Amino acid sequence: MAGEGREGAEERGNDIQWCFSQVKGAVDDDVAEADIISTVEFNHSGELLATGDKGGRVVIFQQEQENKTQSHSRGEYNVYSTFQSHEPEFDYLKSLEIEEKINKIRWLPQKNAAQFLLSTNDKTIKLWKISERDKRPEGYNLKEEDGRYRDPTTVTTLRVPVFRPMDLMVEASPRRIFANAHTYHINSISINSDYETYLSADDLRINLWHLEITDRSFNIVDIKPANMEELTEVITAAEFHPNSCNTFVYSSSKGTIRLCDMRASALCDRHSKLFEEPEDPSNRSFFSEIISSISDVKFSHSGRYMMTRDYLSVKIWDLNMENRPVETYQVHEYLRSKLCSLYENDCIFDKFECCWNGSDSIVMTGSYNNFFRMFDRNTKRDITLEASRENNKPRTVLKPRKVCASGKRKKDEISVDSLDFNKKILHTAWHPKENIIAVATTNNLYIFQDKMN
Amino acid sequence: MGGSAVGSSRIRWQVLRTPGLGAAQEDTQEKETITPERAEEAKLKAKYPNLGQKPGGSDFLMKRLQKGQKYFDSGDYNMAKAKMKNKQLPSAGPDKNLVTGDHIPTPQDLPQRKSSLVTSKLAG
Repeated sequence: MAGEGREGAEERGNDIQWCFSQVKGAVDDDVAEADIISTVEFNHSGELLATGDKGGRVVIFQQEQENKTQSHSRGEYNVYSTFQSHEPEFDYLKSLEIEEKINKIRWLPQKNAAQFLLSTNDKTIKLWKISERDKRPEGYNLKEEDGRYRDPTTVTTLRVPVFRPMDLMVEASPRRIFANAHTYHINSISINSDYETYLSADDLRINLWHLEITDRSFNIVDIKPANMEELTEVITAAEFHPNSCNTFVYSSSKGTIRLCDMRASALCDRHSKLFEEPEDPSNRSFFSEIISSISDVKFSHSGRYMMTRDYLSVKIWDLNMENRPVETYQVHEYLRSKLCSLYENDCIFDKFECCWNGSDSIVMTGSYNNFFRMFDRNTKRDITLEASRENNKPRTVLKPRKVCASGKRKKDEISVDSLDFNKKILHTAWHPKENIIAVATTNNLYIFQDKMN
Repeated sequence: MGGSAVGSSRIRWQVLRTPGLGAAQEDTQEKETITPERAEEAKLKAKYPNLGQKPGGSDFLMKRLQKGQKYFDSGDYNMAKAKMKNKQLPSAGPDKNLVTGDHIPTPQDLPQRKSSLVTSKLAG
């Protein structure tokens, strides 16, 4: 595995040194709403990197083949394909607009020359096929090269058309549209390890689909109460287990995670496992439930652990232990004394995502002021880095950042009150095999790599 | 960090049980040190005394389920969309704008439909 050399370095006590590699997107500060990045995802090989935005567009970047002369850096990511995945719609029944914002993108493993991905907005999931065309037939008998039909009387001989090379063209076409199955807003999609089915989750229900069948889906979780006045929690995220095709988890706004086994019953309303950390009742406050709401849940690649993100922390759970997480990492504990203001400016409702590195040894998540954090599970060390155009020089190691919670601010530290809460990093992704990360600020995509010597 | 008014259109949280809110005042008298969370809660209650008193934890969740701007009907929606597009893209010209409203337009009078697709700046 390509990362082995690096893993050896980590064992010797050398942390990864992150360097700026690339930044994509406009420089100007005036951000159009459509350009706000809403999801980032590497494919299974890491060769492709997809982003979705609020304008319903998908942009796919492809990593260049490694250049023998440039042995000190890995290939750059360049635009491979871009297309409009979803358009705004109007729900006539409720008189509500259906946003075109791409909530999630998930790649299918590659089966043939083409690439497939699922993209979803609030209501509709689409399966896109991205294929390359690098040759075209030439020498038709009845058509000119530009497509016009020839005058039949001028055709005197017969020839066999041949394929000639052409400039590479990447085409994206929607192969399946999975619509009309969700009353509430879709927050998650997850492809099953059987590569035939996938789940889609909204606030109250989870549906199981077959990738080939668009006119039917099975409802596997329904937490809608008979009387909506009794509603106390909603589904915030869901994911299939990476290896067990019968197992999936879903998280709630109350900070719980339920693991369900589809073999137990057709409707998985009764969980097989319930993961919940007991709360100290003396610590309970008005904010407790809001900040315990889980914004993202991700299985480790091994399938042994899962990670959850709530407003202030990242927790690692062992699937064999339901009563508490095995590891807890504080992302920005200094915000606990700012909850009142964060409630007033709605930041307390921000949904941060989290991700694992390829070997499940490091986890990463975003924060404010364009900061993002990484936690090494083995060394227990953590680092805060910033995605900023000021650190633009390739191969220059990023300087760690530090936030000063209170008291005397040291040089190079930033105080909590100076943090820019409009600069949020909600979406990050880690290459499945290498130490390459993609970090999305509001409208820019940063790519960082570890320093190669 | 500016605060938005309570009456803003975003969701507001209403909890079913509010043990913290009422107890906060007693706590400050009893305990020397108060957790930062409780201190923040006291601040919030001081600013918005009516918060949390209305029962029904589902209000917040109901609003969350319904996120999105409500329009009167599809005509209202399309008008709003058209207004937004006209703001973003340069207008066709004063002459063409005068046509509608003055008399029933014919197909020749209407300006060309502007493309709604703009390439993402990430691909630029």
